[in-house]
Amino acid sequence: MDIKAGLLKGDKRAAARLITLAENGDEEAVRIIRECYHLTGKARIIGITGPPGAGKSTVTDRLAKLLRMQDKKVSIIAVDPTSPFTGGAILGDRVRMNDLSTDPGVFIRSMGTRGALGGLSKAAHDAVRILDIFGSDYIFIETVGVGQSEVDIVKLADTVVMVMVPGLGDDIQAIKAGIMEIGDVFSVNKSDREGAERTAVELEMMLDFNKSSDFRPEVINIVARDNQNVDKLLEAIEKHWEYLCTKSNYQDRKRNSIHTEIISLINQYIITSIQKNNHSNLIQSMVEKVLKKELDPYSAAIEILQSVPIITTVQHDN
Amino acid sequence: MDRPIRVVVAKPGLDGHDRGAKVVARALRDAGMEVIYTGLRQTPEQIVEAVIQEDADCLAMSILSGAHNHLFPKVVNMLKERGVEDVLVVGGGVIPEDDIPGLLEAGIAAIFTPGTPTSLTIDFITQNIKK
Ligand code: B12
Ligand SMILES: Nc1nc2c(ncn2[C@@H]2O[C@H](COP(=O)(O)OP(=O)(O)OP(=O)(O)O)[C@@H](O)[C@H]2O)c(=O)[nH]1
Ligand SMILES: [Mg+2]
Repeated sequence: MDIKAGLLKGDKRAAARLITLAENGDEEAVRIIRECYHLTGKARIIGITGPPGAGKSTVTDRLAKLLRMQDKKVSIIAVDPTSPFTGGAILGDRVRMNDLSTDPGVFIRSMGTRGALGGLSKAAHDAVRILDIFGSDYIFIETVGVGQSEVDIVKLADTVVMVMVPGLGDDIQAIKAGIMEIGDVFSVNKSDREGAERTAVELEMMLDFNKSSDFRPEVINIVARDNQNVDKLLEAIEKHWEYLCTKSNYQDRKRNSIHTEIISLINQYIITSIQKNNHSNLIQSMVEKVLKKELDPYSAAIEILQSVPIITTVQHDN
Repeated sequence: MDRPIRVVVAKPGLDGHDRGAKVVARALRDAGMEVIYTGLRQTPEQIVEAVIQEDADCLAMSILSGAHNHLFPKVVNMLKERGVEDVLVVGGGVIPEDDIPGLLEAGIAAIFTPGTPTSLTIDFITQNIKK
């Protein structure tokens, strides 16, 4: 299979295979993404996050269906936790999106976190890029509902939708530090249940306190299961997009995320070149020296860095 | 192998018995596989799409309703029509001994009936995936 040609034609199998390669750290994936990087930036990237079971998958399914009615091409990346003990995972988000899976304009991919913290997998970035090149108009990313460490999604998404449920009460207080800054739109799902209005009011109050941005996120009560008010949620998402487009907000956001990504790639390249070049002997000998107090760990690290030819080892063949 | 095997676990047709599929899904996860669980009442079309989009190594279907002779081969044929030849297809559930040879002939690699230890399934998948 010519993966690159397939991807450019919008072939689902090619996109699927390339995501697998990216997940498995195959260099072929990086090569193709680099060659097609200039084609990225066309898709709107929407993060869907919130506590476990809040209805993230159901909300994503309903939003995707609304966008399909506008004939938008939609991709969904759904991340579930990988067991730290066995490396296995049960990825169950598709259960809520079954009738989307045969829609030619929809692509759904489940991913395990594979050891990454922060609610996303390491390859989620690559997957977004691949599905952008693939020609998606919208890319949804459903994160693992972990609360506090959910910050990764902000770097990746244009708009982050927080899916909350009634009755979180004290929990909201407890996790608000992580959550209030992350959300660009807040939805109180399962508003068929008691306490939905109160939860919305509490959220509004917390947002009043949060003056760190000049954008005031909306709070919307929805019943995703029954498709109630999901159109309002989509409107709020679009409003946030309009806000990003005015002023230089979007550029600022992108600038930040590109900066973060370059730094993290530098880190990754340094580590890989040390591992690839079998510098473990060098590291081992440094350990011994530090142990005998012939050297301090700071100097050891610098010495190792100085002896590793970082650039030449990670240079890709162009 | 340093990458997890990806398995789509699916229940085709109107069959509502999902305990076996869940038992198998958990066993595969505990063996280090990434299990994409698609839930009850899947059409063959939905199953084939899930296999493609998830780039699965293996498709594991469960049927207890008696519709296996119709649904298992149907899914296998649809996969072939879509040019998907490198996915291992296995099945399980309440399936009479007499039906098994026909299903194997139709392209199901193996059938696992009640009482088979899940370790057999795990070994079979690990040894027979085609990618
Ligand atoms: C529990 C049960 C139910 C429960 C199901 C609960 C649920 N959510 O699953 C309830 C009460 C709802 C139910 C309802 C019905 N049932 Co019922 N049910 C059973 C029963 C007693 C046990 C099934 C079970 O859960 N076993 C435990 C699990 C863990 O085992 P398992 O599913 O067999 O899975 C194991 C293996 O088969 C294998 N396996 C299974 N799938 C797969 C897949 C792969 C890929 C692999 C590798 C392995 C594998 O591995 C598993 C672990 O070892 C069986 C009889 C029996 N002894 O099998 C009848 C049985 C399946 N039911 C039957 C019938 C007829 C019905 C009803 C139609 C009854 C009615 N008239 O209303 C309804 C239909 C429901 C529906 N919507 O489809 C018949 C089916 C007849 C047939 N095949 O021709 C059976 C065989 C009973 C009988 N002897 O008549 N049922
Ligand atoms: N009462 C009610 N239940 C809902 C609503 N939306 C979703 N649910 C149910 O909530 C449960 C969880 O929904 P999911 O969409 O799987 O939630 P999730 O946040 O994706 O779950 P995880 O991915 O496991 O964290 C399912 O049983 C849904 O049917 C709603 O608006 N009202
Ligand atoms: Mg979910």
